[in-house]
This record gives sequence, C-alpha cells and structure tokens, in this order.
Amino acid sequence: MAGSETVRLRDIAGVIRSKNAGPYELTFDIIFNDYETFEKAVRGNSVTKELFSLLYGIPVVDVFSVIPFPPAKAIKITILRPRPSGSLGETDVYGAQQHGPLLDLEVVLA
Amino acid sequence: MEEMRLLAPTAILGYGFPLESFKRGMEANPHVIGVDAGSTDPGPYYLGKGKSFTDRTAVKRDLRIILEAASAAGIPVVIGSAGGSGGLVHVDWNEAIVEELASELNLSFKLARIDAEFSQEYVLDKLNRGEITPLPGCPVLNEEDVRQSVRIVGQMGIEPVQKALAAGAQVIVAGRAYDPVCFAALPVMKGFDPGLALHLGKILECAAIAATPGSGRDCMLGILRKDHFLIRPTNKTRRCTTESVAAHSLYEKSDPFHLHGPGGSLDLTGTRYTQVDEETVKVTGTRFVEAPYSIKLEAARKTGYRAVSIAGTRDPVMIEKIEEIITGVKDNVNDNFNLDGRFFLHFHLYGYRGVMGELEPVRSKAHELGIVMEAVAPSQEEANTILSFARSTMLHYGYPGRISTAGNLAFPYSPSDFEAGEVFEFSIYHLLQNIDPVSPFKIKYEEIGGLG
Repeated sequence: MAGSETVRLRDIAGVIRSKNAGPYELTFDIIFNDYETFEKAVRGNSVTKELFSLLYGIPVVDVFSVIPFPPAKAIKITILRPRPSGSLGETDVYGAQQHGPLLDLEVVLA
Repeated sequence: MEEMRLLAPTAILGYGFPLESFKRGMEANPHVIGVDAGSTDPGPYYLGKGKSFTDRTAVKRDLRIILEAASAAGIPVVIGSAGGSGGLVHVDWNEAIVEELASELNLSFKLARIDAEFSQEYVLDKLNRGEITPLPGCPVLNEEDVRQSVRIVGQMGIEPVQKALAAGAQVIVAGRAYDPVCFAALPVMKGFDPGLALHLGKILECAAIAATPGSGRDCMLGILRKDHFLIRPTNKTRRCTTESVAAHSLYEKSDPFHLHGPGGSLDLTGTRYTQVDEETVKVTGTRFVEAPYSIKLEAARKTGYRAVSIAGTRDPVMIEKIEEIITGVKDNVNDNFNLDGRFFLHFHLYGYRGVMGELEPVRSKAHELGIVMEAVAPSQEEANTILSFARSTMLHYGYPGRISTAGNLAFPYSPSDFEAGEVFEFSIYHLLQNIDPVSPFKIKYEEIGGLG
C-alpha cells in the first residue's frame, strides 16, 4: 500500500484495555494518541474480526463487532466471553486482563 | 427551570470521595445527589448470596456525609441498585444503614424503598408468553434456569423513582436500577430532555471516572440545560476533556453509539463534545429513541461449594509434564471416590495461560508455575474431600522422569486448603418485554425521625 507503514499498537495507542460488557461479552478499547493516527489505523484496516479471531483463537462469528468511534479516536471490539463471568473455569471475573496480546500487535497505518 | 445541577459523589456507594471535593460540589447548590451502588462486574456471587460487594463501614461513611449535607440543603438523595445487586436483602441492608444514620445524626425525612425483585412464577409466566429474550452471547432461557434461580432482579427505569420523588420522598433506596436512573429521574420529571438527562446520568454514575486523571473515588457535577449539559469534576486536580468524556461512552459497553435501556435507547451518533473551559465539557445532540418498554432481568443460581488450595512448582520436569500430571491427578480422584462427574476439579496455572485461559495465544511456560487448585461439589464437605485428595495426590504424584521425589509442590500456607463457600453462576441475563414501567416495582414509604 502506497504511503503505508507498520507500527506496534502500544506505540500509537495510549489506552489499550479489556473489560466485561455485562457477564456475557468482553469488550476491548483501543484509544489512539491522536486523531490523525486513529484515522490512519482505520484506513489501514488491520483491526478486524478476522484479526481477533486469529489472535484469541475464537471463531469469527464470536467477534460481535469492530466499531471505530471517532469522538474518542478509538476502535472498540466486542467478543463473546469464553464463559459467563464467574462461572466454573473463570480466569478473569472482571475481564480486565485480556488485552495483553494487543500491545505488541503490528498494525498498518495508511 | 433553566438548569438542573446533579451531584455524583462517588462511582459506587462505599468507594469513598475526598471531603473537599464533596464540599465544592455542594457549593454549586445541586438539586439532587445520586449514587449508583450496583454492578454485575464482581460476578454472580453477590446477587446469588444476597451480599453487598462493598463494605458496610465504607458505605456508612459515604452515606453519613451525603445524608447530612442533603438534609441541610433540603435536596433528595437517590441510591440506585442498593447493596450492589439490588435484591430485597440488598435493599434491606442499605435501608438499615440509612435508618441507623438518621438516628445517629438526628435527621428526619421521608424514605422510599423501591423493590426490584421478581418471583419465579411471574418470570415463568412471561417466559411462556414468549416475552423474555436473550441478550447478546446469552442462551435462550428455559424453565429450569428460572426454577434454579435463587434471586431474580429487574433493572427499573426512571419511572418508579419519579413516582417516589413526586410523593415527596427525600431519600430513595432503590433496588436494581438502570445505572443513570438515580440522576435522570428528577430532571426528566421536570421536563428536561430524556436523551441528555440519561446521557449525563451515564457519565455521572461513574463519578470522576470520566475525568482525567480519572477516579471512582471523587465527585463529578453535571449541569443539565434545555439543549445541552455541562460536566466537570469538583476536584481542581482533575479536569474533563472532550476526549475523556467521549471515551467514557466506550466503558463497559459493547456499542458506544447506541446504549440500550428501559423504554428506549440513547443515540450518540449526533453527539458533540465541546471544551468550555479548562475543566468543563459541553455535550449536545444525544437523542433518546423510544422503544417498546423492556427491562433487563438478572439472576444467579447456586452451583455448589468451593474449596481452594494454593501452591507452586519450580521443577523443570514437573512444569514440562504439568498437563499429563493434572490428567493423572483427576483420574486418581475419579478412581478413588467414584463420584461420576458430580464435581468440578480445576487447576489454574499461573505462568501458563493462568490469566487468559483458552484465549491465550502464548503457549510457552514460565520457569515457575503458581497452581491454584479448586474443587466445586454439591456440599462443602465433598469439595473439601476432593480438594484434599487432589492436593495430596499431586504433592506425591510419581510422573515419568521425576527427579525430585520428596514432594512436587511448594505451599505458602499451613493449612494449605481453604473453604471458599457457596458458588453461584448467572442463570438469567435477559430482556423482559411488555412490562409496565412502574407497577412491578413496589414502593414503600416511611417517615424517619421527626417528633415521634
């Protein structure tokens, strides 16, 4: 892609977090450092349902949505929780520590 | 009325707030103090067990300051999702604290409690009528789910709170409620735009979390006017920025543009954020889109009793073979007690997919592993037995290639095993359709204190 570059997500996003959105969904927020980078990342189209499917080892249909949210220069991704919050086998009741693999992710800015 | 000022002292009743911030908030002459006390975030236990996830002393500390100031200023206090989960016992718990404080502080006021619990029969009837639908990610509800639910709560909208306010209630202890309700009920009753009022309530229910630096333990002030609202923290060390306020609509939601609630949804596609001064943000354009009235139901059921043991290993051979060792231990437990799967035995391995489980893309192991063993069984005694047996079996398990033959586990504690008590899981997280906004939520009034 002409004029595109690849960067590590943690170098362009000041906030990368995960959290329950209710007991059955897990939601991720990537808040970019500035609006221009946010727009480039959206254009680069690296953050997709397919990427989350690969990264977290889940079916694409379990990635419910990828929504760019310009007012906060953020991309929001929501997936099915592996199990309802707090049920047997739970590892993270609040869902607040599922973001780690995103930090070193390489994304395209276009 | 030109504007209405709403004060949010803290994100969750019991999370606290600096006195100075609260004083500055009161200096703005708020019309109401709202506190949302609830969340499903701490998991199903608190709803199922009927306990608060916040500490009684901490809740009483917050309420003492709030009730005293509100009483002096003559403004109402609205507590939403009392006791954390908003069931009858949770409301009882919070109401008792309010009454205790009224007596200690010699306050008199009209108290309203609003219940938000639903009977199994009511929910089964609704289920049979096809008026209960699953929320995203949640299975279709069946009769067994309802029968097994120990406590069913429904998130009330603004209407029951408005009824209590109209009846002159000065302190309202409401059961499970949609988060913004404790703030939005009064202004919408006074004719303010529901879209703006609910959006403001959405931000205020987390208090200063939407400021920067954010905090759940600090106060936020909302100023609602005809066609916009202003939002600012009352602590001078924080500020609201367009980004911090906009980013808040991402928090714990699946879609930042459409926030669903009782009777409709908030449409944020036309919302604009403007920086007014150093610490204040102006918000316009949020719309409330009416929909057939529905509320969210939540319930938990008991799955058994848990016993837990914590250990570690630093043996490279053991770590390499940890999966087959766990399988072997589980086989031994099954062989010894013939429990036919009537228990759950699990090993959390910190240093190997401990935090992310099946979502973890990294499959390498750390040089030492933390092992949290847990057994869940129909009774505490059975859970203790299974855990104890699994722990001793793992300690002395003779795996192939074993070099260290004195013991496989390092225990930080004696005793090594802990009873963790009852275990619950969510059994209902569904939408209840075709419901009256007020009548299912019973309101009781009580005159507290006074000349009596």
